[in-house]
Amino acid sequence: MADPVILLTDVTKVYRTGDVPLRALDGVSLRVDEGECIAIMGSSGSGKSTLMNIVGCLDRPTTGSYVLAGSHVSGMSRSELAKIRNHVLGFVFQQFNLLARTTALENVELPLEYAGVGSRVRRRRATEALQRVGLGNRLAHHPNQLSGGQQQRVAIARAIVNAPKVILADEPTGALDSRTSIDVMAIFQELWRSGITVVLVTHEADVAAFASRVIMMRDGRVVSDRTQEARRAVPTQASAEDGAAA
Amino acid sequence: MNPIQTLRVALRAITRNKLRAFLTTLGIVIGVGAVIAMMAIGAGAKARVEEAFAAMGTNVLIILPGSTSSGGVRGGFGSMPTLTWDDLAAIRNDVATVKMAAPTMRSSMPVVSEENNWTTSITGTSPEYFDIRNWPIALGVAITQADLDGGTKAIVLGQTVVDKLYGPNANPVGQSVRVGSTPFQVVGVASKKGQSATGQDYDDAAFIPFTTYAHKVQGGLGKYLQGQVMVAATSADTTLRAQQDITAVLRDRHHLAPGEEDDFSIRNLSEIAGAQQQGTETMTMLLASVAAVSLLVGGIGIMNIMLVSVTERTREIGIRMAVGAEPHHILTQFLIEALSLSVAGGLIGVAAGVGTALWLAGRFHWPMLIQPDVITVSVGFSALVGIVFGIYPARKASQLDPIDALRFE
Repeated sequence: MADPVILLTDVTKVYRTGDVPLRALDGVSLRVDEGECIAIMGSSGSGKSTLMNIVGCLDRPTTGSYVLAGSHVSGMSRSELAKIRNHVLGFVFQQFNLLARTTALENVELPLEYAGVGSRVRRRRATEALQRVGLGNRLAHHPNQLSGGQQQRVAIARAIVNAPKVILADEPTGALDSRTSIDVMAIFQELWRSGITVVLVTHEADVAAFASRVIMMRDGRVVSDRTQEARRAVPTQASAEDGAAA
Repeated sequence: MNPIQTLRVALRAITRNKLRAFLTTLGIVIGVGAVIAMMAIGAGAKARVEEAFAAMGTNVLIILPGSTSSGGVRGGFGSMPTLTWDDLAAIRNDVATVKMAAPTMRSSMPVVSEENNWTTSITGTSPEYFDIRNWPIALGVAITQADLDGGTKAIVLGQTVVDKLYGPNANPVGQSVRVGSTPFQVVGVASKKGQSATGQDYDDAAFIPFTTYAHKVQGGLGKYLQGQVMVAATSADTTLRAQQDITAVLRDRHHLAPGEEDDFSIRNLSEIAGAQQQGTETMTMLLASVAAVSLLVGGIGIMNIMLVSVTERTREIGIRMAVGAEPHHILTQFLIEALSLSVAGGLIGVAAGVGTALWLAGRFHWPMLIQPDVITVSVGFSALVGIVFGIYPARKASQLDPIDALRFE
């Protein structure tokens, strides 16, 4: 059996906004092993985004423990969490979250800058990451010169450039059309097959179908957890052309 | 992230909004420019005052005789001769801090050449006078000891007197002039000395041996010295000491009991110079503090725009944090940005200040002195302003919650 990459034990998260405390997470325990591709599903308000933030070390649990790749992250400082995000995790967001007026290459270099990697190595690794997502010919493009699917692929390149153990994707296809969504999912599957653990948050069953395990959440609790045969995502012609041009 | 990268990111952020960056730095530009220009002009004025007093001699003391007192009305200093020729000899010989001393007896008299006449101040003095006043002879010779001993009718003219009697650039050495009704021979011309701080023309004067003066003007050389004594201390630093020593010697010689008033007065020119200097310094400080206030206002401008910038770029901060920026990275980034703005403003301000000072100096013929240390200090101060007013917005940025920052629209 593989090692657990993510191990949440009885995690709660309580927000104190206003008079009534809001229990966004109510005793979640979750184990994700290395090399899994899991989809977290649930309606809005089910706590899936809160869970994602805690798994992504952007937020800390109110109670409970969280061990990520062998490190106890529940009690870490802001700086230590930033280092973990930099070295262990890679983020992909629904809104891409690229820096505007900054080239694709520089966007991808960003995590390496904070990791203290020298400029030459940084450039080489960022170029390789962009080639891997099929954008080797778009290095100097700014986000506003790229289509939504291309922007999301730049974001994926940024997520994988520092060789993370886990990729966290929050509604990665939410802002894309269905054809482009399949291209992006194909990239996630390719990363998963290369050994990176992938965690997707989605409310679309179509997207969840590409995962090997699906977790359903409701009212801050895990209500179902099942393993499945992942559907194979086949890249479309457009993405294949981008890749060929690289 | 190394400092050069941070600087590059900061510069890129600044150049994205060039007009805003320029307007933000304008406060600093004006502040630093004003400091540089004011200090340059202030220092120039101070140097001019110092020069004027150096010409007068910073180690010079003037001893005035006492005052008369008749029927309750007291005359001013010099109204009664209390200094004797023996006092002068004692000052010369017995006071170690005194380098030279010369008697000066002065009255206004007409000097008549063959073609012209000019009424000027005639001073009876000794050869040391020109050394005490640091006043070289341009043509001919000064009054000599032999002139004193022989009571010769030798005269040294000031430049203005030469101009009035013979015209500019004339050489009157060897010519005859009459002072009153007494014929004199011009033996020398004193070099041009210019004006005193109060506008008195030093060059409108003529000098004759004091022995001749006593006989021809005052009607004989008596016990008392009918004038003042000009003293040079051994150096500028010993001037005050010399003043005390002379006071002690004269009080002893005049048999003044402790508590009794001095029957003479000693003027210290360096004191006057000090007072003048203090005046220009006060002026400079006043101007500089006004300029410092505008630097402060400039700093507040930077803080304001940095706060706007932090709000505008909340999402960028969130993205940077998500990919691994630690709070200190964000803090440094915004601090460097504020610092770049203020230092750029400081450097532009230096250029503007130097330019303004040069322009004022040329336009109004004001003296001006640009001091490198003032430039260093004002650029340093503008950097300080950048840090002080940049730290709050930068801290605010670094303390943002990454989730809130990412959700910010």
